[in-house]
Amino acid sequence: MLHHLTSPIAAATPSRRTFLKLTAGAAGGLLLALRLPGSPAKAATGDSLVQPFLHIRADGSVMVLSKHLDKGQGIATGLATLVADELDAAWDQVQVEFAPANAEVYKNLFFGMQGTGGSTAIANSFQQYRQAGATARAMLIAAAAKAWSVPAGEITVSAGNLSHASGKSAGFGEMAGLASAEPVPAEAPLKTPDQWVYIGKSFPRLDTRSKTTGAAGVYGMDQRFDNMLVAVLARPNRFGGTVASFDDSAARAVDGVSDIIGLPSGVAVLAKDTWSAMQGRDALSVTFDDSAAEMRSSDEMAKELAELTAQPGLKAHGEGDAEAALAGAAKVIEADYSFPFLAHAPMEPLDITVLFDGSTATFWTGAQFQTIDQMVAAQVLGLTPDKIAINTLWAGGSFGRRAQPDSHYFAEAALLAKAWLDKGNAPRHLKIVWTREDDIKGGYYRPMMAHKVRVGLDAEGRIVGWNHRVAGKSIMIGTAFESFVVKNGVDETSVEGLGNTPYALENLHVEVHNAKTAVPVLWWRSVGHTHTAYVMETMLDRVAREAGKDPVAYREELLKNDPRKLAVLKLTAEKAGWGTPLAEGRFRGVAVHKSFNSYVAEIAEISFRDDGTVKVEKVVCAVDCGVPVNPDNIKAQIEGGIGYGLGAILRNEITLTAGEVDQSNFDSYLPLRLTDMPQIEVHIIPSTEAPTGIGEPGTPPIGPAVANAIAAARGEWVTNLPFSRSGLA
Amino acid sequence: MAISLTLNGEARVIDADPETPLLWILRDTLGLTGTKFGCGVAQCGACTIHLDGTPVRSCQTFLGDAEGANITTIEGIESPAAAAIRAAWTELDVPQCGYCQSGQIMAATALLTETPKPTDEDIDAAMDGNVCRCATYARIRSAIHLAAEKLEG
Repeated sequence: MLHHLTSPIAAATPSRRTFLKLTAGAAGGLLLALRLPGSPAKAATGDSLVQPFLHIRADGSVMVLSKHLDKGQGIATGLATLVADELDAAWDQVQVEFAPANAEVYKNLFFGMQGTGGSTAIANSFQQYRQAGATARAMLIAAAAKAWSVPAGEITVSAGNLSHASGKSAGFGEMAGLASAEPVPAEAPLKTPDQWVYIGKSFPRLDTRSKTTGAAGVYGMDQRFDNMLVAVLARPNRFGGTVASFDDSAARAVDGVSDIIGLPSGVAVLAKDTWSAMQGRDALSVTFDDSAAEMRSSDEMAKELAELTAQPGLKAHGEGDAEAALAGAAKVIEADYSFPFLAHAPMEPLDITVLFDGSTATFWTGAQFQTIDQMVAAQVLGLTPDKIAINTLWAGGSFGRRAQPDSHYFAEAALLAKAWLDKGNAPRHLKIVWTREDDIKGGYYRPMMAHKVRVGLDAEGRIVGWNHRVAGKSIMIGTAFESFVVKNGVDETSVEGLGNTPYALENLHVEVHNAKTAVPVLWWRSVGHTHTAYVMETMLDRVAREAGKDPVAYREELLKNDPRKLAVLKLTAEKAGWGTPLAEGRFRGVAVHKSFNSYVAEIAEISFRDDGTVKVEKVVCAVDCGVPVNPDNIKAQIEGGIGYGLGAILRNEITLTAGEVDQSNFDSYLPLRLTDMPQIEVHIIPSTEAPTGIGEPGTPPIGPAVANAIAAARGEWVTNLPFSRSGLA
Repeated sequence: MAISLTLNGEARVIDADPETPLLWILRDTLGLTGTKFGCGVAQCGACTIHLDGTPVRSCQTFLGDAEGANITTIEGIESPAAAAIRAAWTELDVPQCGYCQSGQIMAATALLTETPKPTDEDIDAAMDGNVCRCATYARIRSAIHLAAEKLEG
């Protein structure tokens, strides 16, 4: 049967009206204030203490509810650490699970909605989760004081045990029910840092056991329900394309295929299992309408971006008169950079399970922006957001991919569920699975970017002017976030790390061009810093060498006003033995960058293989992310951030030919592998400052550190990425 | 068509198309979801299982290939090497997102079973096919060395 989609259901995007007001966040972050119906879980049983962020059960277990998705960054363990410390729980009684979707209770305090991203999880929760632990502790003490008829001040709490000098003692579980009847104290006192028992130590992750035993139901991909159908979709092969018609006769004949449903985003093949659905999709014949699609090649798009940077753009940042300074400079260094589209390619491709009964819908997935996901699903299904339940599951990576301003994968699942019901079917669990090909070809890439930089030096090699133009598609423009974060046409995420650099640069001008393409773009681990740090740090290296100065010393001079950035640079240089002789064939490069309010310096040591490709042997790093809640996890995130950035810089790029993505799987989008991984040494600066980001800040410096090491060997800085384009990888 | 095999020590008869990848038999037919789907084309190793003790990619190993074979998955692997690997993985907190770790552990266990004291070169050869997008590679390497010590200990 040939199907024509005459009236596709409008694709859903979150309505701007749903974001009621905007106020400045406490930490300068985005605060989208909105309220949704629904209330936190209330105490259901008499023998537990049920609070929004933790449940203490009669068996003594302390279940911490993580309002944030943990996609590998150790967030859940981090939040549990904060609770456990103030509660004085024993580590082995602490467990963690994900909170339900409820923005009122579980909003990210920097965002004003429930969501994880921007390396904010610990930063926005630090006070809140400690307070939750302290509150529960006070209620347990109050209950024990009553039960034992002793003053509360005489009760001590340690490792999950309440005790009194009279000899009375009780575990948390024994006192939980009584504690639930106690009033919730307004402001239970918090410990001072010297009293911390878990914060600042490296207690083991709470998810390691399930992740080393193949435990069932951990990830979205692993959800199984009786009578569940699995769907895979044939989506348009060009961005902006739509389904014109499809012939599903052969697909319907595939064993196990139950139904075929046309959706605005593609044609869904529903089957009894994943393999049958994939087979069914292979048998589909779909004609796409490319009249509104992006038909250009990525080379053409790169050329357009380069041409844009030749012209003045929208002013993003400006101090002094850069043009006059450049005109009067003794020397001007100019460089053009080109960055490709990048796919996130998390190990777990996207997947989502939905059950819709006509009046409520439940989703199972590694949800990252639960509030937007709820609103988008509600809009598609004609429900209010409180009728949308989300079971957030551990995600097999994200790197930004699951944090969706348009929540397209929720919208698609909701549309499928609605279409399923509209056909007269009984409610059924439907799971949409993305294959790796769907993931790699699916868009939402780190945008392709071009930079043009002109730096003026005086006769002594000091920077007197800096003009920096950036061109690329904005991540924010056209999304629900636009009106809050885009000012005068400038999306800060396109230029972050440039205008607000801690370097003391006089006459610094930053301009931006917002390019247009139907290729959907998205934040990718460290967002704008993925390209701005590369340009800033390779240019500074080049300037230093042109001036005949040591690259570390030159940076130190520019960082006089930022002691924290200076400190990570100095410590890294010291630990890496900067300036000491290297073995033959080894070269060093340095980079330092502030992102997500954290400071990271990295010194890469490289060699070259016989075929001329670069081998990163070792990376020495120092990080200042405020109070180190879990030092070992900080190290893990820096290691991972370096690996993630290194893989991309070496050989990752998404290219398009006549609008179609050339790559499809890990045989063409080549991931970093074990043999690529350098030895990594991480040094953490002790700090009493409030904790800042750690999931992303390790990524920006690695590319420029390696590029600067290559330049130390060859005298040239790679400006056309990835390195594989220059035969270096 | 009915295929007889041994799965995690248990005799099983599976009635399905012999051309079906074992990955989907394990995950969808039998509910053993510890074996992961990462790429479907034997490029990432997330679906690694043991077939008669040898690590194979279950996305490119078909049910028909397993007739009479002894299949072990992450849910069923029990050996001194597996115990040492798991203990080392736990001690060093190797996993981040964890999605690739079933495959990593299966590959590492096979390596340690064959080569109780692997060199870095042995690890390179055995583990380079297993992708970890969180880049836990440095800890994977350290954990294999640690597991080797534990086995010796």
